[in-house]
Amino acid sequence: MTIVKHRKIFFIGSLFLVVASLMAIFGYGLNLGSDFVGGVAIEIEYAGERPTLANLREAVSEFGLPGLVLQPSGENGLLLKIKTLTETEKEQVMTKLALAGEAPFTEDRFSEVGPTLGKELSRKGLIAITLVVILIILYIAFVFRQVTAHHMSSWKYGLVAIVALAHDVIISTGAMALLAHFTGAETDALFLTALLTILGLSINDTIVVFDRIRENLNRHSSNDFAEVVGRSLKETYIRSINTTLAIVITLVCLLIFGPESTRHFAIILLVGMTIGTYSSIFVAANLLVEWEARQRARLSVR
Amino acid sequence: MVKIRFWAIILLLAGLAVGWFDYASQIDSGSDLSRPFKLGLDLSGGSRLIYEADVSSLDPGTVTDAMASLREVIERRVNVFGVSEPIVQTERSALSGTEQHRLVVELPGVTDIKEASAMIAATPQLEFMVVDKTGSLDVTTTGEEVDLVATGLTGRFLRRANVDFNQTALSPVIAIEFDKEGAELFRQITKDNIGRPVAILFDGAVISAPTVREEIRDGRAEISGQFTLAEAKNLTRDLNLGALPVPIKLASTQVVGATLGQEAAERGMAAGVIGLIIVAVFMVFWYRLPGLVSVVSLAIYVALMLAIFKLLPVTLTAAGIAGFILSVGIAIDANILIFERLREELVGGKGLWDSIKEGFTRAWTSIRDSNLSSIISAVILFWFGTSLIKGFALTLAIGIGVSMFTAITVTRTFLLAVGFRRQTKVTNFLFKQAWFKF
Repeated sequence: MTIVKHRKIFFIGSLFLVVASLMAIFGYGLNLGSDFVGGVAIEIEYAGERPTLANLREAVSEFGLPGLVLQPSGENGLLLKIKTLTETEKEQVMTKLALAGEAPFTEDRFSEVGPTLGKELSRKGLIAITLVVILIILYIAFVFRQVTAHHMSSWKYGLVAIVALAHDVIISTGAMALLAHFTGAETDALFLTALLTILGLSINDTIVVFDRIRENLNRHSSNDFAEVVGRSLKETYIRSINTTLAIVITLVCLLIFGPESTRHFAIILLVGMTIGTYSSIFVAANLLVEWEARQRARLSVR
Repeated sequence: MVKIRFWAIILLLAGLAVGWFDYASQIDSGSDLSRPFKLGLDLSGGSRLIYEADVSSLDPGTVTDAMASLREVIERRVNVFGVSEPIVQTERSALSGTEQHRLVVELPGVTDIKEASAMIAATPQLEFMVVDKTGSLDVTTTGEEVDLVATGLTGRFLRRANVDFNQTALSPVIAIEFDKEGAELFRQITKDNIGRPVAILFDGAVISAPTVREEIRDGRAEISGQFTLAEAKNLTRDLNLGALPVPIKLASTQVVGATLGQEAAERGMAAGVIGLIIVAVFMVFWYRLPGLVSVVSLAIYVALMLAIFKLLPVTLTAAGIAGFILSVGIAIDANILIFERLREELVGGKGLWDSIKEGFTRAWTSIRDSNLSSIISAVILFWFGTSLIKGFALTLAIGIGVSMFTAITVTRTFLLAVGFRRQTKVTNFLFKQAWFKF
């Protein structure tokens, strides 16, 4: 099977994407929102056209609020971010932003998150993801416990699934870093949800492929592990593509027709889902083949 | 065969009934059936205030009780706003060694939180006020605006309060006893106001305004509002606690404007419906008759999920809906897995009936293994997550559970029901052929 034969190309491609993503994450940063780091965020929507940012900045400049950020959001919206803002300061700033009544607006969202609460979200998110990863390895090792053919014991399947998972999560986060850099998008709690979703479906996809490999290992006592994997891929990729297609259709609809607030969420999910399907076919399965091939080479040398 | 078809019709009717319930319970407000979706604040608009409680001065054994009584006190204050379905709950987080106690207040529809947050965090106050010398109105009977003047006598001077029974009316009253300083103040007030009412205010509201008959020297007073016994007991407890049982500090505020939330909900709904229709078209195009079966099965799945959201009820948030959409994807996946297997078996030369059964058995391990892994993730996320993650995990877990059920029962029954025993060109077109050869 071509996919298995040319696995090096896919490894290089994936490695490139992962490295590029890591560079984006650490180079551009994620522009963490107040959900994670605490602080005040206010979103307003102008009734008419939004005044120019320069005008608005000048209007609020007299207060000398350190670290105040004004960002356009949507068509006529404005996002205001700052570390702390007292009630009086808020009122003053709001009056100024209306440009003395010339540019009326409605306040759509106000959120103030204390630093401890923000930290807790990141910490709990990380703990949850770590636990999921550990349990998934154990789960796969258990479910595939009877698979031992070609000296590929079941925990190797679990580990490979996690590598594929890390691949998907890193690339999706990289996409978020690009979004943050080029559109000023904020990494908020919804992004965490998107990552969790990607995590779930990526594992789902990989397990379906592994399941087929297990079945084929039991049915055909082939000497060639690569061939069994190749056959399994051939038998499952239409399913993988169709499932992803169904989800991609839903997400594109969410992107086009859905609310403004889930736009970035939809984009990240689109990237993650596509990458997730790609990785279960081109990365996870191929890694198994590579592992088995190296193992065989080592054994025959001895 | 007849039996399978019978069951298929039953399932179809049940699905229709559930769908009808979803619809009727949404539009039919006021009737017994009415059960609209519970929308989270991010979709309905409103505010969410999170307070950190300082329990450091409390005996560890009494923390739970103190938090419960804090919740009650705050709940009573929140109810004053007349907000529909406010939520007040305590939360405990025990990460990184130190235990954190929090109080979460959700006020649907309230977007001006200045007043709300001031009232929530205020200490409950017992105050004694007198009517301005120029006024002469009886506060209790007329309820008109009167100028009340603070006397400086408050709950701070309270020694204790307990429930007593009025000898004549046999209704519960609250007997209070001031400390030494308070008793002196009270004596002064009663002396100055003989023949005039003294208003007793609790949390700013006048609960009683008895007329002073004589100077009271012993520092004892009786509050006789129109209490029920339970109310009297609660008041007494609050008075004895003086202030909030646990000091609280605002840690987080979130306000979502009603228009923003509503727009999000409507557009999210529209996106979901359009998405599902396109997916349905795709499934029928690609898998033909089985595709049609999956559309019916998915429709039943969605109807069941919506009914569960209404009945449990599950509070729907943006993250929760994301979990639901993901579960729809997983439900579709189960169908696709089955159909691909079915096609394989048919191409392999098996009869239609056998292929359906075989396709099912073979697809089942994949469905089970992959879905179980997702359920594991969902359970952990629910366990460890913050409320946002919890919302996601809950709908996802319910979704996967229900989707496994509909895949085994609904899709299977329908497929067998439309399966023909004899294979013809027509059945081949309907079940077997693919549009493209790979």
